[in-house]
Amino acid sequence: MTTLLEVRDLEKHFPVRGGLLRRVVAQVKAVDGVSFTLDVGRTLGLVGESGCGKSTLGRSILQLQRPTGGQVILEGQNLTTLGPDRLLAMRREMQIIFQDPFASLSPRRTVAQTIREPLDVHRIGTPVERNRRVEELLQIVGMRPAVLDRYPHEFSGGQRQRIGIARALALNPKLIVADEPVSALDVSVRAQVLNLIARLQREHGIAFLFISHDLSVVEHVSDHVGVMYLGRLVEMAEAKDIYRDPRHPYTQALLSAVPVPDPTRKSQRIVLTGDVPSPMHPPPGCPFHQRCPKVMDLCRRVVPPAVEVGSADRPHRVACHLSG
Amino acid sequence: MSRPPLLQVRDLVVEFATENGVLRAVDRVSFDVFPNETLGLVGESGCGKTVTGLSILGLIPSPPGRIAAGSIKFDGRELVGLPEREFRRLRGQDIAMIFQEPMTALNPVFTVGNQMMGVLRRYKGLSRRQARAAAIELLAKVGIPAPEKRVDEYPHQLSGGMRQRVVIAMALSCDPKLIVADEPTTALDVTTQAQVLEQIVKLQHEFHMAMILITHDLGVVAESCDRAIVMYCGRIAEKAEIGPLFARPRHPYTVGLLASIPRVGEHEREDLAVIPGMVPDLLHLPKGCRFAARCSRRQAGCEEALPELDGSDTSASCVACFHPY
Repeated sequence: MTTLLEVRDLEKHFPVRGGLLRRVVAQVKAVDGVSFTLDVGRTLGLVGESGCGKSTLGRSILQLQRPTGGQVILEGQNLTTLGPDRLLAMRREMQIIFQDPFASLSPRRTVAQTIREPLDVHRIGTPVERNRRVEELLQIVGMRPAVLDRYPHEFSGGQRQRIGIARALALNPKLIVADEPVSALDVSVRAQVLNLIARLQREHGIAFLFISHDLSVVEHVSDHVGVMYLGRLVEMAEAKDIYRDPRHPYTQALLSAVPVPDPTRKSQRIVLTGDVPSPMHPPPGCPFHQRCPKVMDLCRRVVPPAVEVGSADRPHRVACHLSG
Repeated sequence: MSRPPLLQVRDLVVEFATENGVLRAVDRVSFDVFPNETLGLVGESGCGKTVTGLSILGLIPSPPGRIAAGSIKFDGRELVGLPEREFRRLRGQDIAMIFQEPMTALNPVFTVGNQMMGVLRRYKGLSRRQARAAAIELLAKVGIPAPEKRVDEYPHQLSGGMRQRVVIAMALSCDPKLIVADEPTTALDVTTQAQVLEQIVKLQHEFHMAMILITHDLGVVAESCDRAIVMYCGRIAEKAEIGPLFARPRHPYTVGLLASIPRVGEHEREDLAVIPGMVPDLLHLPKGCRFAARCSRRQAGCEEALPELDGSDTSASCVACFHPY
């Protein structure tokens, strides 16, 4: 497998200003030292609760928000040091699908204009070729060409999400960051869109960074899964290893908390106490220690490093003192 | 079930006047809720589950909405057509509602204690000091740490999970007989959702309340309800106890819904089962079964007539389908 994307010690800190002189009084460490690799045509699922930094991580990778530290290497190019022109060229390789199909499409543009925009921006082909490509894209996402001149408000959530996907596909990207792409959709429509994403990946060899709070959806689509908590990756492994053999107490609690649509299976729920601490004032030591049912004295003082508990061909990294 | 129902809904029809015509959001819906039980109302957006819940509380915005037909009896008393003044008393004391977004139920400019005490003093006739003590006790009951401190905080100082607990505490404050909870945990994170759901179910048993739990999440239904009603396009598709509903769903829509959700612990990269097409527009409903166009068991007659629920209004399980499983 060839590596498409490598993220090294990525950091995105936001300054918090306060006081009379608007001085920087604190830093919110939204993403704090995240590293992973993603191979060509594979899917990495990123799970975590709100505020854990998963969306910021996705945007920092795409350079929609410039990271404050670390490197993002796409096809051998470090994106964090690229100037605007070179970055624009690299954007052909990476696209994003947003959560809210109602907010991510301009209400003033027709379907055709929306999908054609990336082709126009990057000046690809003649106008005739662009229009042909738009029709082809519509077909790929399962919509009829008759909708070309209609506006987003005429479509349901699922259809709008298909339009958003068609736009993301326009430039034949190698990487798509999908930020909660099905969270706003109803159950029956969600399955349609998930299957569409799976098919695109099979047929076009696109790698996905699939960001979601929904653990069952992530398991369904991902080859590998990373679990985030307070800006850090606390566990990362092949999807089936994460779900069958979760090592981090947070992953264990998260998995046990998912309501299962099967009344005969009474879950052994690990109910966490308390809330996620504010990323402005993260606790010392392990970020999870205040809620961890297995907390030890060491956890309150020392940040646990990520350790390898898997094998060379099947890595499984955990940032927990219990696994160290 | 031989006990008399606490709530009896019969042939409820709720309509909304829109620019493009009259939209029937709830179409002849009948069900019972018994004391101490939790009834789930499940379905996708637009199926009428929320509107059904709002009509029980007399909260249908009118105009444009109105209860066009049917009856809602609570404790033997007819609620359809009840004057707003009497509804207010009922809403405070006998029926409470929990909404999805806790900030819609909390006033940002008053402290938590202030808002809770208002209810307690008004409906329970407590003194200031008694009300404050009762508020603190309720906050402790819903699992808020350091309630004597939290009682003086403002809603914005609390996390989402805490706010929802405060709303639950307020809903409980007058010992209601029935709670209508509309997606009470949807806005919360998974681990918080688990905490809050657990708390709701525990309190429901402790206070011997009945609950209508409105949700789109079949997992939540499986874990917290005794019975459930699956709604589609304003109609009841299927009504059953939780065990049979999940083990042997009968309506093709229920079957399709259950098949289309990926489940944790069943790692499969195969395609999910899909219900093709989409929900029809409520303003342009087909003549026959509303699910027919998407149904795998459709036969010629399905598009001609609207299937009614089999069994009587009081039977434990029934399905509205010409060719059920």
